[in-house]
Amino acid sequence: MYIVGIGMVKIDRYYDKGYMQLIHDAAIRAFDDVNSYEPEVVVVGNMLSSSLYNQDSLAALALDAIGFRGLGGLKVEAACGSGGHAVIVGYSLIASGLYDQVMVIGVEKMSDYPTSTVTSALAQAADAEYEYIYGISFAALNALVMRLYMLKYEAKREDLALWPVRMHEYGSKNPYAQLRNRITIEDVVNSPIISDPIRLMDSAPIGDGAAVIILASEDTARKLSDTPIEIAGLGFGSDGLDLSSREELLNPISIRRAAEKAFRMSKLSPSNIDVAEIHDAFTITALVSIEGLGFAGPGESWKLIKDGRFAAGDKPSINLSGGLKARGHPVGATGVYQVAEIAMQLRGDFPGVRISNAEKGLAMNTGGVATLTSVIIMKR
Amino acid sequence: MKISPARVWREKDSRYRLEGSKCKKCSRVFYPPKPSCPYCGYSDTERINLPRRGRVVSWTVEYTVPEGYREYAPIIVGLIELENGTRVIAPIVDVEVDKIYEGMYVEAVLRKIFEDGDEGIIVYGIKFAPST
Ligand SMILES: [Zn+2]
Repeated sequence: MYIVGIGMVKIDRYYDKGYMQLIHDAAIRAFDDVNSYEPEVVVVGNMLSSSLYNQDSLAALALDAIGFRGLGGLKVEAACGSGGHAVIVGYSLIASGLYDQVMVIGVEKMSDYPTSTVTSALAQAADAEYEYIYGISFAALNALVMRLYMLKYEAKREDLALWPVRMHEYGSKNPYAQLRNRITIEDVVNSPIISDPIRLMDSAPIGDGAAVIILASEDTARKLSDTPIEIAGLGFGSDGLDLSSREELLNPISIRRAAEKAFRMSKLSPSNIDVAEIHDAFTITALVSIEGLGFAGPGESWKLIKDGRFAAGDKPSINLSGGLKARGHPVGATGVYQVAEIAMQLRGDFPGVRISNAEKGLAMNTGGVATLTSVIIMKR
Repeated sequence: MKISPARVWREKDSRYRLEGSKCKKCSRVFYPPKPSCPYCGYSDTERINLPRRGRVVSWTVEYTVPEGYREYAPIIVGLIELENGTRVIAPIVDVEVDKIYEGMYVEAVLRKIFEDGDEGIIVYGIKFAPST
């Protein structure tokens, strides 16, 4: 199974563009990226079309956006992890033998509404009856995990500010990133409190975006692209819908399960990965993800980051796009951006910070507080 | 949040009385209740009343709240470990935002948690207040 075409739009606040135009813009670039194309089905990764835009049947909208009325399609929802899960469904449609070419589209619109409305919609990732109904936001749940991490591993607030500073540094060089400004540790620790200890600069921004990848079976891939990137392994997993009944809040089952499956399938291990894009909707999410994937032991990631590990040129180099923090996080689209960015790192044409000769990459995307996680491993 | 009377009514035992589930096989107790055991996978559980006293394991002071919760802001949210080891996430009330600490004793109290507009129903549920 191969990724043959890639198209992305810069993540931003597009008051002049709705779902249809964003999908169109990304798809046109993906079509330009292949020698020819004949998609047979679309899979759309999206979280908020129903809760914010009263729009279901999103695949039909996507097909009209690209002029392929009549094809089959479906939307895949796994909250902020929808994009990665959509790639897995796209892969499966080809692996099953049903289709040869599949378009996976990640799309989200978030910027049209005030923060409280978006906060409400995002809170739907959590347990509606036992978390959201109390007014507990998605940031608050992550804040509970962040404080637990800081207490258990004796990490200081300043230590945990290093990650967003690094993400903005990388984002400043990525033309697709929503946030292109550099920031300092002082900026992070003095930014407004969202849900203590989470501050604004620990959090991914609200933005709109669309990313498209075209997947093809092995035989077809060689015709469509001169630089196909292989999907060598993938997996997904879950943890409790609510946080209260979880056994290990700092080591979610979902990440471990998804990673185990993807590594086993690709016959690789964490030490083989050259470049990775991981889910860092909040600073704490980055730490839990790095540890869950096996790139660091429990409670070790923040120290390794402090030592300069996982920066550009290290193995693995993590979030050279700027991550969710700076590239942006149009929630249901993010997982597709990540896969596109890793594929471009492996092709050698990612337009931001790029490492040379990367051969193996990993994209990890999650919905909820690591509630539904996907891991996708790619090879040159 | 879209609320309906039936939706509120069917969660009353767990939300008003702090009822959890106990697995009929591995005997583990958890909250909120579920019909199957999330730990051993056994398909039968029973409802039990949970202890109402516990200690704060983690907490946050939430300033950016979802729509409809402005009157409660800032919301202090606690991860509470009850005396039997079961964990519950719920708001903490009757305390200043800077007076919460790890290990602080709290007990369950019944409070209003949401009001569905001026004419809609009022939802009650468990919150935690400081205890000796
Ligand atoms: Zn059990």
